[in-house]
Amino acid sequence: MPAIENLQLNAQGKLRHFLSIEGLNSDLLTEILDTAESFADASEQNIKKFPLLRGKTIVNLFFENSTRTRATFELAATRLSADVLSMNIATSATSKGESLLDTIRNMEAMQVDMFVVRHSLSGAAHFIAQHTAPHINVINAGDGQHEHPTQAMLDMFTIRRVKKQFAGLRIAIVGDILHSRVARSQILALNMLGAEEIRVIAPKSLLPAQVEDLGVSVYYDLKAGLKNIDVIIMLRLQKERMNSAFLPSESEFFKCFGLSDEKLKIANKDAIVMHPGPINRGVEIASSVADGPQSVILQQVSNGIAVRMAVLTMTMNGNRGAE
Amino acid sequence: MRIEIVNGHIIDPKNKLDQQGSLYIADGKIVGIMQAPDGFSADTSLNAQGHIVCPGFVDLSARLREPGQSHKATMKSETKAAASAGFTSLCIPPDTNPAMDSPAIVELIEDKAEKCGYPHIYPIAALTQKLAGTELSAMHALKKAGCIAVSNVHHALQNLLVLRRAMEYAATYDLLLIYCPQEASLSNNGCAHEGAMASRYGLPGIPVAAETIALMQCIELIEQTGCRVHFRGLSCARSVDLIAKAKTTGLPVTADVAMHQLHLTDADMRPYDSHYHVIPPLRNIHDRDALLAGIKNGTIDSICSDHQPHDVDAKLGAFPETEPGISTLETVLPLMLRLVAQKTLTLTQGIAKLSSEPARILGMNTGHLALNNVADMCIFNTSEHWQINAETWQSRGQNTPFWQETMQGKVVHTIQAGKIIYSAKN
Repeated sequence: MPAIENLQLNAQGKLRHFLSIEGLNSDLLTEILDTAESFADASEQNIKKFPLLRGKTIVNLFFENSTRTRATFELAATRLSADVLSMNIATSATSKGESLLDTIRNMEAMQVDMFVVRHSLSGAAHFIAQHTAPHINVINAGDGQHEHPTQAMLDMFTIRRVKKQFAGLRIAIVGDILHSRVARSQILALNMLGAEEIRVIAPKSLLPAQVEDLGVSVYYDLKAGLKNIDVIIMLRLQKERMNSAFLPSESEFFKCFGLSDEKLKIANKDAIVMHPGPINRGVEIASSVADGPQSVILQQVSNGIAVRMAVLTMTMNGNRGAE
Repeated sequence: MRIEIVNGHIIDPKNKLDQQGSLYIADGKIVGIMQAPDGFSADTSLNAQGHIVCPGFVDLSARLREPGQSHKATMKSETKAAASAGFTSLCIPPDTNPAMDSPAIVELIEDKAEKCGYPHIYPIAALTQKLAGTELSAMHALKKAGCIAVSNVHHALQNLLVLRRAMEYAATYDLLLIYCPQEASLSNNGCAHEGAMASRYGLPGIPVAAETIALMQCIELIEQTGCRVHFRGLSCARSVDLIAKAKTTGLPVTADVAMHQLHLTDADMRPYDSHYHVIPPLRNIHDRDALLAGIKNGTIDSICSDHQPHDVDAKLGAFPETEPGISTLETVLPLMLRLVAQKTLTLTQGIAKLSSEPARILGMNTGHLALNNVADMCIFNTSEHWQINAETWQSRGQNTPFWQETMQGKVVHTIQAGKIIYSAKN
């Protein structure tokens, strides 16, 4: 398969945009995790603010709604002392017929340094990085059904904190793989970092065509798929999937693919349970599991800030290297 | 105007002519093959030494973007591109704006064609009013106005009853239905072949079944209505099988494939490069090989340009939101020659797929070089290398995945109705 045009790295091989896990390598991913670790350590010692991006302006361009991702990106930028402008474009310019490129040009004219972009179409972040002024960094905060690389990195961070290393780990990703940009980024990152096995577990209607080509093994049965698993990643099931006939009902989905206490017992004893949020209790995950001792869902959220701080600083530095 | 074309390698597939010789043209017609008629004296003599002389190319689907989308291209710009690429007859799909559903629009196009000095433009009438898929267009009146066939292009029909009635009505007037098989509920706003590539890049996929189901339904209705149907733009292996089967049962079906489908697959796509956004989508190698086999064994009758010039903005955006289509007229000849070089087709077969075969599908007495026939022809060389760039390219639409590639083979002269409508500069 042809690879995506690699706009992400500067001449020295350092990050200048963060658009996809594809095109990166395990060294870079590890560097992101290590950098995030230092921010997380500092914040655990109550040092919350760093002057690293003072004077820089970061614009959050959210063409699609988000609470968590946007909030953690805002917090990450603020803690790095950058000025942040968050635009909810889902309800503004483009609905007036302005093209994606026009929106970007207008923002550029306001002398900003970085775009954090979320968009409902696959390839949107890549497109923006291709067309934006060279001094501007672009971070993909989720594009269509393509990738959500910062989410994947905060998941890797969370896994590494608990499990220490990726070698030997068996990971199961459960639920709506078809529509999940998170899953695509996670699969790429886990393979890059040397995980032992990645399984996807879902009904056929929620799996993309030729999903094995992504580097996963496929299970249609949750119980079978959870055997010997160290990390369980549950994906959010969007309610509108019922209306478009991907599934019969929430209750049937929960019965077959929802993570209950009983099913969790099939996995390894020390397995952790993850979810990118927001969770649908009783649809993909039982409350007792989401709030239970094996759940690291809230740690994922706090880790999101450290990982996004790492990505913001690294890309901004990567730009400096190119000058 | 009297023209002689001397010392060319004349290839006329239909009349099984393949030899060195000369052609003579007077009053728009071919008046001599190999031998000049008595007392013929040429006003213009074209030396075709080392060149191929063949029937002008006939295209079953070229969008010229007028009326309605002259920001993309004009009839003037695109007929010029067509002439430079050896095309002497172009069928215009009905998705103009307004749609080609009234004789007034047909007349407008014919007038414009005359003004452009490119008279051989053949409008395809809309099958349904405004292409909305519900009410039939005035097919009889449109045929009288000059439409050569009917089609709803890729616009969905409301249901199969509309298709059945439309086919019955078209059959009444022996109108050819040009059918682009795609079941809208299955293609579901997809923008790429449903396969590993689309899965990897999160692009909404179009399954093979979107094409084959539409094709099978239509074949069943041919059985019932007797309507002549040409299937436009096959993209997958299963479709080739279905057409082959329909042909063995003697149904009045023909089929074509767009030239780019014979060369590109989804594995050739540069991720998110909108120049590869095309409908039907580029499918996998297995499909491409089946299309090549279908072209070779005659299951697929002809090769079409499926020319769709676009303005820059149409291709500027995230892949799924860009407009599909490739500007293709000028790459057809060199890509045909590639099929010859890779031994899929002989040169004679390649020329037939672009001239006599589409003419036969349309029931037109063109696409061959018989005595007293209209003098539509193309003279080309098979050796010249040229790069696709802003200087060499004629179409207003620069949207091609082959941009900046070097092509081999170029048109030297194009003659339409006995008039030289294009001559290469040197």
